[in-house]
Amino acid sequence: MAGSDLVMHDNEFQKIDGELQRLHQQANANVVFLVDKNGQLIASAGDTHNIDTTSLASLTAGNIAATGGIARLLGEKEFTILFHEGEKDNIHISLIGQRVILVVIFGQRSSLGLVRLRVKKAAEALARIFDEIASKAEKEKVEGGKSADSPFAEISDEDIDNLFK
Amino acid sequence: MSFINYSSREINCKIVYYGPGLCGKTTNLQFIYKKTNPEQKGKLISLATESERTLFFDFLPLALGDIRGFKVRFHLYTVPGQVFYAASRKLILKGVDGVIFVADSQIERMEANMESLDDLRINLAEQGYAVEKLPYAVQYNKRDLPRVAPVEEMNKLLNVNGVQWFEGVAPTGVGVFETLKGVAKQVLLELKKHY
Ligand SMILES: Nc1nc2c(ncn2[C@@H]2O[C@H](COP(=O)(O)OP(=O)(O)OP(=O)(O)O)[C@@H](O)[C@H]2O)c(=O)[nH]1
Ligand SMILES: [Mg+2]
Repeated sequence: MAGSDLVMHDNEFQKIDGELQRLHQQANANVVFLVDKNGQLIASAGDTHNIDTTSLASLTAGNIAATGGIARLLGEKEFTILFHEGEKDNIHISLIGQRVILVVIFGQRSSLGLVRLRVKKAAEALARIFDEIASKAEKEKVEGGKSADSPFAEISDEDIDNLFK
Repeated sequence: MSFINYSSREINCKIVYYGPGLCGKTTNLQFIYKKTNPEQKGKLISLATESERTLFFDFLPLALGDIRGFKVRFHLYTVPGQVFYAASRKLILKGVDGVIFVADSQIERMEANMESLDDLRINLAEQGYAVEKLPYAVQYNKRDLPRVAPVEEMNKLLNVNGVQWFEGVAPTGVGVFETLKGVAKQVLLELKKHY
């Protein structure tokens, strides 16, 4: 639980966003998403207006989880790349550092080769950022520090009750 | 596993509905979906068989409101209750922040309830979790049916630790929001301990 929570601050988010924007552009992709392995959308780049990003995140994570389950049955470690080809658009899904899922949706303007190449570069950069986040979280845990602007610091029963009004 | 994003000021948490086949997990989500304002919910996604049994999971994202300027989102999932979907249940439990165990109150389903609870314990343990340590509540569903076990009896069998429990009639919504609120509150209070 608390041990595996993902806490992201603004500067980290900006770095991730920058990587996704770059990948979106360089891969000629329609949309690029970063999803937590548990199905929560972390960030996206490109035209997401016509896409239900929350559902997409959850289903992608389910997809990765299911193929991961299959891999274990076969004695494989994990399939790190999934690719689905559609009539118009294609989807390239890759697992980064065992923790996050990078999703690239692309059409005729791009190609699988290009996407593969660009994803590989972006994956390295993203893996580094998530390593930083993880080691920072580890450090904070040791120090027992709580973030100064934590929304939880003064949370009251009333705050919670208000959510269900 | 919660996701706290200070940049977009969002808190995301995952709650899983667990329980034996046909106990009413999907019905809980359908009722919540029906009664929530459009701006507070996403699509209800159901990966189900043709006979409407859950095949992989149901998913409903809920944005209930703000706490101290942070948007609070709960991602609700149900597992497939049928025994042979064991592998899928394990996957869906990954990274869970809170569990709602939905029990079927009908006397003839008591054994199925107990089996499902054992299954939950085993699957949580594999991830290093324990129901005793997790935000957790029990819902005794289908209280409207004629042959149901008394609640005291069910507490003895399914709730030895005396956690929060609720009576439910999911199709009409009895106990549905109460149960969700019970666990959601525990999840937020758990986060408060750490952040
Ligand atoms: N009478 C009555 N029927 C209920 C109640 N809750 C659910 N049902 C019915 O029970 C049936 C099964 O409900 P579901 O919600 O699909 O059950 P589930 O737990 O999701 O089942 P699986 O997907 O197989 O795990 C449906 O026909 C529901 O309408 C209840 O409180 N009372
Ligand atoms: Mg179901």
